[in-house]
Amino acid sequence: MELLTHIFDTLQQTLFDLIPIIAIIFFFQLIVLRQKISNLKNILLGLLYVLLGLGLFLVGLEKALFPLGNLMAIQLTDPAFIYAGVESVANSIHWADYFWVYMFAAAIGFSTTIAEPSLIAVAIKANTVSAGAIGVWGLRIAVAIGVAIGISLGAFRIVTGTPLHYYIIVGYILVLIQTVYAPKMIIPLAYDSGGVTTSTVTVPLVAALGLGLASTVPGRSAIIDGFGLIAFASLFPIITVMAYAQLSEWRYKHNMEKLDKEETDS
Amino acid sequence: MAQLFQNILKTLLDSVRDLLPIIIVIGFFQLAILQQPIPNLNSILIGTLLVVIGLALFIKGLQMALFPIGENIAYAFARKGSVVWLLVFAFALGFGTTIAEPALIAVSAEAAKVAASAELIPDIASERNSYALGLRITVAVSVGLAILIGVIRIIKGWPLQYLIIGGYAGVVIMTIFAPKEIIGIAYDSGGVTTSTVTVPLVTALGVGLASSIQGRNPMIDGFGLIALASLTPMIFVMGYGMVVH
Repeated sequence: MELLTHIFDTLQQTLFDLIPIIAIIFFFQLIVLRQKISNLKNILLGLLYVLLGLGLFLVGLEKALFPLGNLMAIQLTDPAFIYAGVESVANSIHWADYFWVYMFAAAIGFSTTIAEPSLIAVAIKANTVSAGAIGVWGLRIAVAIGVAIGISLGAFRIVTGTPLHYYIIVGYILVLIQTVYAPKMIIPLAYDSGGVTTSTVTVPLVAALGLGLASTVPGRSAIIDGFGLIAFASLFPIITVMAYAQLSEWRYKHNMEKLDKEETDS
Repeated sequence: MAQLFQNILKTLLDSVRDLLPIIIVIGFFQLAILQQPIPNLNSILIGTLLVVIGLALFIKGLQMALFPIGENIAYAFARKGSVVWLLVFAFALGFGTTIAEPALIAVSAEAAKVAASAELIPDIASERNSYALGLRITVAVSVGLAILIGVIRIIKGWPLQYLIIGGYAGVVIMTIFAPKEIIGIAYDSGGVTTSTVTVPLVTALGVGLASSIQGRNPMIDGFGLIALASLTPMIFVMGYGMVVH
């Protein structure tokens, strides 16, 4: 019963989020452009699916994933777990003590990105537009690896207390260099994938990890050091998506050369 | 009927596959590393089931409604050839999808609390509310402008990287001058603006426009609206901080 009211409330909330978007679209389509909406029945049914789907998805996340993820972030960053088996806890902390935190950060970054609905949407679109040259799974995995690297590096930064802008500046320099050398057609998609990753599934879990770390590592402040994980999670996918395209291009050229060579040999 | 059933089953299996990594990661860390039992197993199983069904329905609805809506309106504007109305639409879509975004409402309320505790604004409810509302309008205007600029870019065929690199230079310059308290919130506001409904719509709009304007490549010119929409809020929120504080 409680679950049903929860679902109902979330559906209502999702409906309120959808209404302004739908109103704007229909206003322009019907009043400004004076165009009938083709396939109206299908579109309305599709919107109903979007509404129901998002609602159930959010309720499920709140019931299953978020409480467990938060609990685990707290347990993994708890000094009692980090220093288990150590006789005397020294005042200075060593970054390597947090090994499992980095592993968890990478794993949770990767897996939540794979489940991110907006990324699935962009990957489907990119696959159609590129006529299959960009694989749905290739792109999703490239982005997920980027988020994994970003979040574990972000956790390392919180533990060591190094300034955020050093990492961000180095990251942007890498992006600049890659922009010059990467295939032109991937660049807009790579930039987009930075903004897409930080969405419904990833943000709440990552925020919990950041706050858990910042509040348990000695000498860190939750307000100053807790931020920044999201910035990392949107920067590194740009790098890995361009790297994915560079790698595919290199492999393609390499294969073509080999083919050419074989032809001339025979 | 059998085909419909098969279709549903396949979509559900796809969502299971999308969610499997999370289940493995959480299970592994909880049982093998932390060596703790999984609490509230019942509610977690129900929740996971809801997530699977929800994701399957959303992906279906995405392809049935959100993609066609975004594309159709792009084609209709291209056929009508009215650039002014297209730009009005671009701004309205950006502004309208952002102003009501729940994540943004939460972040601005949080930001108002931070500002009040740092004594930048008087700590009374009416001041906090007007600060939060100002922040929301700022972010919504910046997303509206981002989509508008992005649409102009698609029409003109400007390379995206110049806009993005220019934008990041703007972010760096603003970071130097903006009050320290606003910087973290500004950086976060870039991430919260692009919601699950906005992303497919805006992507379909960009790709639709680029494929209906002659000489534009949907791959090179169609993508990039999302990147702009997560960049401009950072600059505008820092600007808001400089004006208000």
